[in-house]
Amino acid sequence: MKALLEKHFGKAWLALVYLFLYLPLFFMVIFSFNSTRQDANFTGFSLRWYEALTRDTKIVEGFWLSVKVAAVTGVLSAVLGTFAAFVLVRYRRFAGRTVFSGMVNAPLVMPEVVIGLSLLLLMVGAQNAFGWPERGLLTIIFGHTLLGMSYGMVVIQSRLMDMDRSIEEAAMDLGARPHEVFFLITLPNIFQGILAAFLLSFTLSFDDVVISEFLSGPGVNTLPQVIFGYARRGINPSIYAAATLLIAAVTIVIVSYSVWVARQTRRREREIAAATRAELAALATSG
Amino acid sequence: MDSHFPMPGKRFVIGVPYVWLFVFFFLPFLILLYISFVDMGESINPFKPIWDPQTGILSLKYENYWTIFRDGEGGALFKTIYIEAYLRSIWYALWTALLCLLIGYPFAYFIARSPASVRPALLMMVMLPFWTSFLLRVYAWKGILADQGVLNQILMGVGIISEPIQMLYTNVSMLVGMTYVYLPFMVLPLYANLVKMDFRLLEAAYDLGTTPFKAFWLVTVPLSKAGIIAGFMLVFIPAVGEFVIPSLLGGPENIMIGRVVWDEMFTSNNWPRATALAVVMIALIIVPLAVYYHFTGDAAEPRK
Repeated sequence: MKALLEKHFGKAWLALVYLFLYLPLFFMVIFSFNSTRQDANFTGFSLRWYEALTRDTKIVEGFWLSVKVAAVTGVLSAVLGTFAAFVLVRYRRFAGRTVFSGMVNAPLVMPEVVIGLSLLLLMVGAQNAFGWPERGLLTIIFGHTLLGMSYGMVVIQSRLMDMDRSIEEAAMDLGARPHEVFFLITLPNIFQGILAAFLLSFTLSFDDVVISEFLSGPGVNTLPQVIFGYARRGINPSIYAAATLLIAAVTIVIVSYSVWVARQTRRREREIAAATRAELAALATSG
Repeated sequence: MDSHFPMPGKRFVIGVPYVWLFVFFFLPFLILLYISFVDMGESINPFKPIWDPQTGILSLKYENYWTIFRDGEGGALFKTIYIEAYLRSIWYALWTALLCLLIGYPFAYFIARSPASVRPALLMMVMLPFWTSFLLRVYAWKGILADQGVLNQILMGVGIISEPIQMLYTNVSMLVGMTYVYLPFMVLPLYANLVKMDFRLLEAAYDLGTTPFKAFWLVTVPLSKAGIIAGFMLVFIPAVGEFVIPSLLGGPENIMIGRVVWDEMFTSNNWPRATALAVVMIALIIVPLAVYYHFTGDAAEPRK
């Protein structure tokens, strides 16, 4: 009886919390197809907010700017995150390791307002001293990459720690040069982590408001900045339409990534199984 | 390990991220600290140099910090709008962490106890909203909680209330938004902790005649202490500095410290005060973090 109660209570609790987590998403998807500006009553199906979205130059420009910023941030973060993860996992002892590990972890806990403000001060200082960089695309990328690198590092670090180092040693014993070991053995092994780091920092960048607000220049607005500006003014169903498109895109990317990971894992298991079988067969014939 | 495993360009591998972090993390922080100790500038200069241009004497100015804690010369201590904003931020962050724990603990517990085959899918469903725009999800609550919004319409339709209650721009909308956004940060560490737990310990407790509630309280909760602390910190720390949620869902009386820093910087153009407020904010984050490492430090490092 008690077990039964716990079982049903558990299911009910899970259902309620999932409902809470997905309620805003359902809400936006449904009302993006509403025929009027109304927020509480669904008055009829229409695509007018999607049409309005494509005609809104601020949103369209913001979108392309955000895509550019996020793509560059994603690549830079994945590369720098790989470097940082390597340093932390492989180089156990060097001067300034504690400082390094502190600096690379700090952006994870620093309030975004503080990161944005201090980077703004740096950019203003640099601009006064060297006349560069102009506030805009580049400065936003710098800011986002600072954050993205730290998150990327965490993801790649765990991958790198799980990796079996004996295969690297085996490659070395078989005469592979260190850079060959890295590109042929290490990199493919942690590639899943690097891809995850890219996706994570791309998303962080594509979603960020605070750092962009501090670092963007006049007339340069990322998509979240445009939406944030609209959102403070009131209800605009075009934003729901943008959200719906985003939800669709994210779902597609996440599902394909998981399918890819699952397929990789299965292929690997198959290869290991095949190799084991071959070895057993060889042992059987030789013995 | 390094000695018998030579990697080329160790200096290069360390140097690249080091230089990056030095330029984009350490240097900005030094500038922040520097400006917090100088006076406001005249005309177009946002701040004065730390030395007197005539005499060349260096002098730190503590006024920026004093004005945070004291209202005017000889005024009462800790009764300033800044202290209020800090306290309000901590208050909201604590409530958010508490609500996330109350909702998230049973949630993580039931996921951890569900069959191993469905767990990845359940976790994925927690993460999925997290990958879609945080800003848009917060914005959606604005439509849900509005006076003429869906929730009020439903409550009136059911007959629980006869006229709309104001939820938007109040503590209600603030805490709903904050709890909503930070819930995954609580659930994931709790799940990671609970899934490793040996549930046979609970059965042992039952066999010895303990009631389920008592067993939960005396066995499960103490064993998941590390997860609770980790989740609490992961929610509390970013929640203190939250900027977007109060701007969208809060009213004028729900302003948190992040917004105050922004206003000092861009509305009042008082750079020294904005930076001093930011430095105090960092201190505010470091204290709970130190407590956290104190509790988890020995658990994280392998015991010898």
